[in-house]
Amino acid sequence: MPNGEIQKLIITEETAKIRPYAVAAVLRNIKFTKDRYDSFIELQEKLHQNICRKRALVAIGTHDLDTLSGPFTYTAKRPSDIKFKPLNKTKEYTACELMNIYKTDNHLKHYLHIIENKPLYPVIYDSNGVVLSMPPIINGNHTKITVNTRNVFIECTGTDFTKAKIVLDIIVTMFSEYCENQFTVEAAEVVFPNGKSSTFPELAYRKEMVRADLINKKVGIRETPENIAKLLTRMYLKSEVIGDGNQIEIEIPPTRADVIHACDIVEDAAIAYGYNNIQMALPKTYTIANQFPLNKLTELLRYDMAAAGFTEALTFALCSQEDIADKLGLDISATNAVHISNPKTAEFQVARTTLLPGLLKTIAANRKMPLPLKLFEISDIVIKDSSRDVGARNYRHLCAVYYNKNPGFEIIHGLLDRIMQLLDVPPGEKKRGYVIKASEGPAFFPGRCAEVFARGQSIGKLGVLHPDVITKFELNMPCSTLEINIEPFL
Amino acid sequence: MSPVWPGVGEGKGELFWTHWTEVLTLKTYWVSKGSAFSTSISKQEAELSPEMISSGSWRDRPFKSYNFSAHGILPDSGHLHPLLKVRTQFRQIFLEMGFTEMPTDNFIESSFWNFDALFQPQQHPARDQHDTFFLKDPAEALQLPTDYVHRVKRVHSHGGYGSQGYKYNWKLDEARKNLLRTHTTAASARALYRLAQKKPFTPAKYFSIDRVFRNETLDATHLAEFHQIEGVVADHGLTLGHLMGVLREFFTKLGITQLRFKPAYNPYTEPSMEVFSYHQGLKKWVEVGNSGLFRPEMLLPMGLPENVSVIAWGLSLERPTMIKYNINNIRELVGHKVNLQMVYDSPLCRLDAEQGSPQTQETT
Repeated sequence: MPNGEIQKLIITEETAKIRPYAVAAVLRNIKFTKDRYDSFIELQEKLHQNICRKRALVAIGTHDLDTLSGPFTYTAKRPSDIKFKPLNKTKEYTACELMNIYKTDNHLKHYLHIIENKPLYPVIYDSNGVVLSMPPIINGNHTKITVNTRNVFIECTGTDFTKAKIVLDIIVTMFSEYCENQFTVEAAEVVFPNGKSSTFPELAYRKEMVRADLINKKVGIRETPENIAKLLTRMYLKSEVIGDGNQIEIEIPPTRADVIHACDIVEDAAIAYGYNNIQMALPKTYTIANQFPLNKLTELLRYDMAAAGFTEALTFALCSQEDIADKLGLDISATNAVHISNPKTAEFQVARTTLLPGLLKTIAANRKMPLPLKLFEISDIVIKDSSRDVGARNYRHLCAVYYNKNPGFEIIHGLLDRIMQLLDVPPGEKKRGYVIKASEGPAFFPGRCAEVFARGQSIGKLGVLHPDVITKFELNMPCSTLEINIEPFL
Repeated sequence: MSPVWPGVGEGKGELFWTHWTEVLTLKTYWVSKGSAFSTSISKQEAELSPEMISSGSWRDRPFKSYNFSAHGILPDSGHLHPLLKVRTQFRQIFLEMGFTEMPTDNFIESSFWNFDALFQPQQHPARDQHDTFFLKDPAEALQLPTDYVHRVKRVHSHGGYGSQGYKYNWKLDEARKNLLRTHTTAASARALYRLAQKKPFTPAKYFSIDRVFRNETLDATHLAEFHQIEGVVADHGLTLGHLMGVLREFFTKLGITQLRFKPAYNPYTEPSMEVFSYHQGLKKWVEVGNSGLFRPEMLLPMGLPENVSVIAWGLSLERPTMIKYNINNIRELVGHKVNLQMVYDSPLCRLDAEQGSPQTQETT
């Protein structure tokens, strides 16, 4: 430990509720050039974006140690009690003021939510009360690092202790090269609220033992254990053959926190070998294929729907509440629909409970096409269902619309008759048969709606659409429709 | 005004103006008998009629000649949607290769099956509100397989099964959160879990093609909903070489024979590979799919035997369709803003036939 005592970071118990973990280390006598400096900043940003999960898990603060005097204190205070001059600003602000100022900062506004509504904000002070940073938002201007900085104090605070340690390891291993005493890092001591302390960075090396034949078997190659050890060493996983000649001992450095299982080592061996050098082979797996019955039925019906003169549409499963309720004369609570939280636009409020809105919107977008327009879709709708493990299920519906100068009820009815004929469902009230009975519904023109019963259950409705529905979907011609559930016919 | 005699080509207008001369036009015709000369009047026939056939009068009638360069009348037919025509072909390819279709008829999934069972950590950015559609109602899954959930919790937080784990606090509440599935790999996880419960283990080949949902930024080639194609093989001793072999057979059936593989990263596969093919038209290698071996941390807690490997690959349905049918904006293909004329006119989907797009024809 050169130049006197080890730096100390004391964590107080107030941080427990907001951002409990912190680790620290020092890079001594570092020589920055413009490139190295830019790279240093860029590394922190990259780490923030991925492993730190946009600063929520870990935030990194780097400071010019020569402007500070330890020991350092990591605590949490009320926003109004925190006042300092933040990075690149000319005067002091309280934390409350800073939250407001950064609302319009394109870079920092995304991180405010991490601490915004909490009673206490995290903050790090030195022994003279100088603010190092208010994680995860912004550092103090006082400790700003420049190309001339010689000694860097690094602190990582966060809500995931493992990630904080990993991040610290990565920064120091990547930049210790530029220290006067190359590849050395100066430890810092962290004192936890319970009085215990540890030094960081951990820089743990791990040894993993893998059988050479496992690597050969998983990749599909036939290399000797010595060759495999060479391949891995080329990937910076220092390896050597030990024991009976079949085991390889691999040293996993702290920079490879991604290696957590032998399969990660297998991948590195394969990459070193060269994916495109591996011999292709076909598995000897003998299987008889089966179609999913519902999809098999759907495929058969699709062809005959087109043969009947109808054109297939493919519409969105997500839509607005209006589409499946108001525009069809229903209240949303009666639809038993699945609702999406925080939709960005109205188009993603609910999952569709009927295929009809999608088809009507397709007609509206193709107004210029010659009449009649005859569309169909056989696809899934979604309904809440507490008997399912997730609380909702899909139903496979078949929906057809006929849009023309006349409603064409007899055509839609004829289509239903044809579908039943194809499904081998005879007309009549008999058990296996189908029948339609006069019915009504808010989406239908009074007196021109019927319910379809088949195999003993109601499977859907057909009828002439109510003019209100037609106008709400921005259409102006009469329209008749059929929508049934095809699952009873499996 | 002095009268001017018109010379050849001089404006006869001048003469008219003086009203001194008037121009008379004399037209002469030479008329002679043509080959169809007859003293009785008969109309040229357009078509043969039943009456002509039975009476034989067609022999004496002249018929107007056909204009073979005009179009016929298109039959009054229905049409299938181009994307679904492509889906039919992919289904066919998988069935020809002996793959069984998995059930995927659930758009709603729990975070457990969509992420946790796949060893995707709870702090992973993909589990953000920004990328995934979470549900308000029903907000949470009602049931999860208890014992399996414990094993998954352990491997995430402590490791085991030969893994260090992620070493974080795994929360059941997070796993219960319902969402619109972000990939059909969730359905593959369910299928593999079911397979693992059957003892003794029998090898299997599965596939699925169905809708998935992502809460991402939308543009000309990205929508919130699209279709994912996924293939899975579970057997003893499968290798990366076998994955490449299966991919070669699969893509050959699509008419793609030149393949190259590049290392990639997925949270649930290791090793992982991106698959590239050479596009003749664009004269460059383009990505055609993603693949890998599922991680042991995903397979072992399910109860699959240790020497069983599971290889898997996936691609989107929309991309090859847009290339095949030369469509630039995905909204013209999927959704209500579809161009119906395009649906009426789209040809058969023959994936292994020569690329018919003008692009490729120009540059070859």
